[in-house]
Amino acid sequence: MSNLSTTYLGLNLKNPLVVAASPFSKTLEKARKVEEAGVSAIVMHSLFEEQIIHESLELDHFLTRSADTSAEALSYFPDSDKYLVGPEKYLKQVSDLKKALKIPVIGSLNGVSKGGWTSYAKQIQDAGADALELNLYYIPTDLSLTAQELEDAQVELVAEVKSAISIPLAVKLSPFFTALPNFARRVVEAGANGLTLFNRFYQPDFDLEEMKINPSLELSSSAEMRLPLRWVSILYGKLNADFALTSGVHTAVDVVKAMMAGAKVTMMASALLQGGEQVIPSMLADLETWMKEKEYTSVQQMQGSMSQKAVKEPAAFERANYMAALNTFRDL
Amino acid sequence: MKKPVITIDGNEATASVAHRLSEVIAIYPITPSSNMGEFADEWSAKGKKNIWGTVPSVIEMQSEGGAAGAVHGALQTGALTTTFTASQGLLLMIPNMYKIAGELTSTVFHVAARAIAAQGLSIFGDHQDVMSTRQTGFALISSTSVQEAHDFAAISQMSTLKSRVPFLHFFDGFRTSHEVSKIFQLTDDELRQLIDDDLVRAHRSRALTPDRPVLRGTAQNPDVYFQARETVNPYYTATPAIVQEMMDQFAKVTGRHYNLFDYIGHPEAERVVIIMGSGADTAEATVNYLVAQGEKVGLLKVRLYRPFSLDYFTKALPASVKKVAVLDRTKEPGSLGEPLYLDVVNALAEGGRGNVKAIGGRYGLSSKEFTPAMFKAVLDELKKDQPKNHFTVGIVDDVSHTSLDFDPAFSVEPAETVRCVFFGLGSDGTVGANKNSIKIIGEETDNFAQGYFVYDSKKSGQMTISHLRFGPKRIQSPYLIESNQANFVACHQFTFLERYDILKYAKEGAVFLLNSLFDKDQVWDNLPVEVQQAVIAKKLKFYVINGYAVAEKTGMGQRVNTIMQTAFFAISGVLPREQAIEEIKHAIEKTYGKRGEAVVQKNYAAVDATIANLQEVTIPKTVSSKMSRRAAVPAEAPAFVRDVLGPMIGFDGDSLPVSAMPVDGSYPLGTTQWEKRNIALDIPVWEPDLCIQCGKCVMVCPHAVIRHKVYDEKLVASAPETFKHMPSKFKEFSQGYAYTIQVAPEDCTGCTLCVEVCPAKDKTQAGRKALNMAPQPALRESEAKNWDFFLEIPDLDRKLINPSTIKNSQLLRPLFEFSGACAGCGETPYVKLVSQLFGDRAIVANATGCSSIYGGNLPTTPWAVDAKGRGPAWSNSLFEDNAEFGLGMRLTLDKQNEYARELLPSFEKELGADLVKALLNADQTTEAGIEAQRERVAALKEKLGKSSDSRAKDLVSISDSLVKKSVWIMGGDGWAYDIGYGGLDHVLASGRNVNILVLDTEVYSNTGGQASKATPRAAVAKFAMGGKGIGKKDLGMIAMAYGYVYVAQIAMGANDQQTLRAILEAESYDGPSIIIAYSHCIAHGYDLAKGLDQQKLAVQSGHWPMYRYDPRLAEQGKNPLTIESKEPSVPMSQYAYNETRYKMLTQMDEARAEDLMKKAQKDAKARWNLYHQMASMHYGNEEESKS
Repeated sequence: MSNLSTTYLGLNLKNPLVVAASPFSKTLEKARKVEEAGVSAIVMHSLFEEQIIHESLELDHFLTRSADTSAEALSYFPDSDKYLVGPEKYLKQVSDLKKALKIPVIGSLNGVSKGGWTSYAKQIQDAGADALELNLYYIPTDLSLTAQELEDAQVELVAEVKSAISIPLAVKLSPFFTALPNFARRVVEAGANGLTLFNRFYQPDFDLEEMKINPSLELSSSAEMRLPLRWVSILYGKLNADFALTSGVHTAVDVVKAMMAGAKVTMMASALLQGGEQVIPSMLADLETWMKEKEYTSVQQMQGSMSQKAVKEPAAFERANYMAALNTFRDL
Repeated sequence: MKKPVITIDGNEATASVAHRLSEVIAIYPITPSSNMGEFADEWSAKGKKNIWGTVPSVIEMQSEGGAAGAVHGALQTGALTTTFTASQGLLLMIPNMYKIAGELTSTVFHVAARAIAAQGLSIFGDHQDVMSTRQTGFALISSTSVQEAHDFAAISQMSTLKSRVPFLHFFDGFRTSHEVSKIFQLTDDELRQLIDDDLVRAHRSRALTPDRPVLRGTAQNPDVYFQARETVNPYYTATPAIVQEMMDQFAKVTGRHYNLFDYIGHPEAERVVIIMGSGADTAEATVNYLVAQGEKVGLLKVRLYRPFSLDYFTKALPASVKKVAVLDRTKEPGSLGEPLYLDVVNALAEGGRGNVKAIGGRYGLSSKEFTPAMFKAVLDELKKDQPKNHFTVGIVDDVSHTSLDFDPAFSVEPAETVRCVFFGLGSDGTVGANKNSIKIIGEETDNFAQGYFVYDSKKSGQMTISHLRFGPKRIQSPYLIESNQANFVACHQFTFLERYDILKYAKEGAVFLLNSLFDKDQVWDNLPVEVQQAVIAKKLKFYVINGYAVAEKTGMGQRVNTIMQTAFFAISGVLPREQAIEEIKHAIEKTYGKRGEAVVQKNYAAVDATIANLQEVTIPKTVSSKMSRRAAVPAEAPAFVRDVLGPMIGFDGDSLPVSAMPVDGSYPLGTTQWEKRNIALDIPVWEPDLCIQCGKCVMVCPHAVIRHKVYDEKLVASAPETFKHMPSKFKEFSQGYAYTIQVAPEDCTGCTLCVEVCPAKDKTQAGRKALNMAPQPALRESEAKNWDFFLEIPDLDRKLINPSTIKNSQLLRPLFEFSGACAGCGETPYVKLVSQLFGDRAIVANATGCSSIYGGNLPTTPWAVDAKGRGPAWSNSLFEDNAEFGLGMRLTLDKQNEYARELLPSFEKELGADLVKALLNADQTTEAGIEAQRERVAALKEKLGKSSDSRAKDLVSISDSLVKKSVWIMGGDGWAYDIGYGGLDHVLASGRNVNILVLDTEVYSNTGGQASKATPRAAVAKFAMGGKGIGKKDLGMIAMAYGYVYVAQIAMGANDQQTLRAILEAESYDGPSIIIAYSHCIAHGYDLAKGLDQQKLAVQSGHWPMYRYDPRLAEQGKNPLTIESKEPSVPMSQYAYNETRYKMLTQMDEARAEDLMKKAQKDAKARWNLYHQMASMHYGNEEESKS
């Protein structure tokens, strides 16, 4: 029997299939199902800085905007002594998941600015999370904001979060950096123990009937894996960090590719959302079958085996690769 | 040990005792008592226990009548039971009050005493409601202040348990119920000492129980009823002494001593005033002042009014008294005097004091101010040899000449008391901040403190005035801060300066704080001349702060409350600045902390940014401004508007004499047009190049401020320069017609619904529509001219308009315009549509609620007339009887029509057979037919007008009834689903031709969001704090069950064409019709600009299926039900969680929210399935079915 175990952020995992930040952590029932199906860890849905602030301000706005404006209606809503508008709900879920599951639970924090809210990182740790994934999700639209300023701010944020916790920290990046390797290095130097590549943006779509913008989520396909595959391959072995590959992992073959690029784990959401938790056992079985057929005894054996450092033609990951692809396209 | 002090209002003070001394509380919202029920419900929902350690059970009933019934039942089964009410609500309780008293049942009703609807409704305070119950057998006990309301709530309960006589504890609505005051709190321990548990158990032992059954409530015959009625006399005889005993016991525990009649004043007073309620506090301060000046005057405060104790009264009144004046805060037309006066006259006679001269007078109706000056005028009147009896004080009565003159400059307020007046915009949070300030001052300093808040009657752009007093001496000033008395005046909205005389309040040397876009160097030149004059003449210290800039920068939006509050503390020096800031922050944490850190932080940021932005203005020595304060209404307004409504608009209605008032409560229509409130920051701007002339913007506008017209293109020649127009695209009016959409810039509220609904988008710039918002100030002048020109363009002849399409229907002139409803109101577009379609022949019966307030609250009304002077005749009867009221209107119209038709044939000779025949057989199904009938009626009047024949005169007098009239019965869900449902059901069943429009906001909107039976499952509302656990009542289904009622459920935002069709069909149906209209509301808790989107989601989620049920179809063998919405296609949660009313439950109790939302989802599906099945049923005739 092949050895599927791996390590990630210092956690010993029975296999490289980890649930990415997604709705599977929102209920204990769903989380238990994916655990039973065989995943080795679960990254929780994100605690969003903006969402917490927004919900809090929104609640306040609608409770107070019409209060004390009319002799007959001094308010329009009863006012509770307590509202779950802070991180409490999320923290309780961390704690509940930890009690309900045997596999490691990785908290997820999504934010862009420094400030008091980074104390949530410590609270997630205190609630029992085995590690924390910090999601640097930001759409820069300000024409005056430079890449340097943005990167500096994000690196500072990583350092601030790291200083608040003692559990391992992974940072989830977007692919859109002019000099990704340098930025990745800075993030690791700021304290990240792992890098999760990459974030999938919710890309807006246009509704041509209403002429409106619809934010919508399209699930990934295997083809999308190429992007993180390239970057994990390039960065593997050059930074003192574990890599998690996410975006487009749908099959055992995808997992194998990710491992060979240098990832310690793969993270999946779309495959689970599409096929349900039952995709896990079949992927694990396929992975074992593949490994047997190719005579791999362990997952760790293949990790990094096709990284840029390990292959004969490192340039294949660079521009030549692009040219080749274009040529292929033309041939068609 | 130091006694605990709290700073709360009279309602909370009362409820806090009542809740702790009750087991069952049955309630129904009515201003100004609603808050007591809300507090009780909230406390019970939070698990707060009574003094016996159990949480009182609180239930909301369908009316006060229902609440009284539930109270009666709970009492009969042995629970300590209470209720809270006022005004019409108390009147509805009277039948049960007789029963409860007749059965000698211990209970306390707490009443925030309020005026009664007579010539007009009033939500404000007087004793008319309480006086209507003085014959029921309840004991009546009166509190004069917030402290007393707190204390007497306990004394009443102690007394009723011992005496078995039920008690009505009352205090002045608003003046006491809403005054925030620093009081000593009754602790649970004190209450336990005060209440005798043996008496509680005795109360229980009298309960009905099958274990020891009795029969109570027999029907009695002439032989014994009388004797049985007399059995209770000993209990009433004993009650005064019992109450005094309880007051004495109360004094032992608390140190606060009261008497049934409390005398204050000179021990050998010759002139004494007798009074009860908050006016007694004013009187006490004045008497003390005058006695100190050597006057032999006094005051007798009446605490226990019923049973009236001759003995205690006589003992309390000093032997030296020669003359008394009795002040009643009530009115009994036609009586020899008001009730307290008559009681006193009787008591003097029976008590052997017949030599004392007694006069009586009225004061303070509907919270009319009662000041030391007025009180002194009464004492002065007593000096006269022949003092005026049956006088009034506080008004100028130039009709019956009852009023006493008074010197408004007379004041008795201690010099140490600091008085502050704050003018705020309703939405800027000024009142809330001031409530916090009063708490800070009251609880963090040794000062006594008082806060009272005045609101105008609009629901959008409204002004609030906060009156704050604090100082080392007890504050006995239950009246507004008077002119030239304020040490501090703050104006939180710059534009108020051009509308109101704000600085009249400032005394010499006072501080004036202004929220200003202009800094210290620019502000002076931007002030109206009157303000400059006052600042110089009164030697004011003048500070400005750009509160809006600070608010914007710190994330506070439009709410300048925290900033202005900080500025107030920084300047006023009430507390050391650092301590004040600390206390403000503490209050912020306490108030907002539970809503999240972000809320606290933004408020903190606002506090911190305030001081740096506060600037003192160096005051020039001379007036330089060329601007004058605007008149309340323009000079060209009609005389009544200018002379009567104008002062009311300018907050000077108190100056109007009796002769200015209509005698029967009738007011002219179309008066909102003169207000020009200028409350919109942005207004829509029309882009003709994109416009498709659909009329949707006109239809959804809640305030009728955006309109469209097609007109003779030649008129364009005389248009103002910036007036926009384009060729008409209407197929009926194309050649030679121009088209314009015009906005009334000074009446718009800036709600943006018109922009939201506009379907025409720029092909090169999707964000640009045919309507876009732009700042109002730059457009105000030019667009006002354009609006005036637009109004001059003649309306199209109604006969030419087929109203069945949206664009055409919107050519009809709205006869409901510029209401004071909330910006973006979801109700008024329906009301306006009815006014357009049928307004020139409509009579409207309007249930009390939001629609009666924005429709009929003085000073102005949005109901308007057309160019011919016709328009909706509107009236409000009550909350509970509106359907019946409207039916009565129909009955008159039908009766007069019938009588006219009976008379007509006998005038064939005078009128001509053809005219008579045409009048009798007129087809009035179209506008043309109706117009033709109007012309025939005009001909009839012409021909018979000069006849001396009595029957001819009769015919002329009722001939208008020959023209088809449209009766509209309108109101909210509180009326239709709850308090008025019995009547509504009966009217539906009557088969008569009335049209009922239910403006369903799914909550009692006007009184502040209490749950009704229309409130949906999973929504949070007051009295449903944990989310409503049961589903919404299906009023439409109930109405459909009759089979002969036209029923429609509509949502304009989801399908405007269906709305139009339903309203047209309902009106055309010669029988009862009911339309249930989804009305988005501020009480739903989201940005009302998205109201139309939410309506769509409500329909798509299945929460609000749209349908029409037309009985005429059944007669044709067709299924009468047409469903006009599709099977639910979006989850209920997607609709619901855009709204605070649903979402807040997820933040309060997630598990319950989830459970209720699942059930609500099932409700939606089940409802749709049921309707779908009904709509699929075969409706052919029997023979057809058999075949």
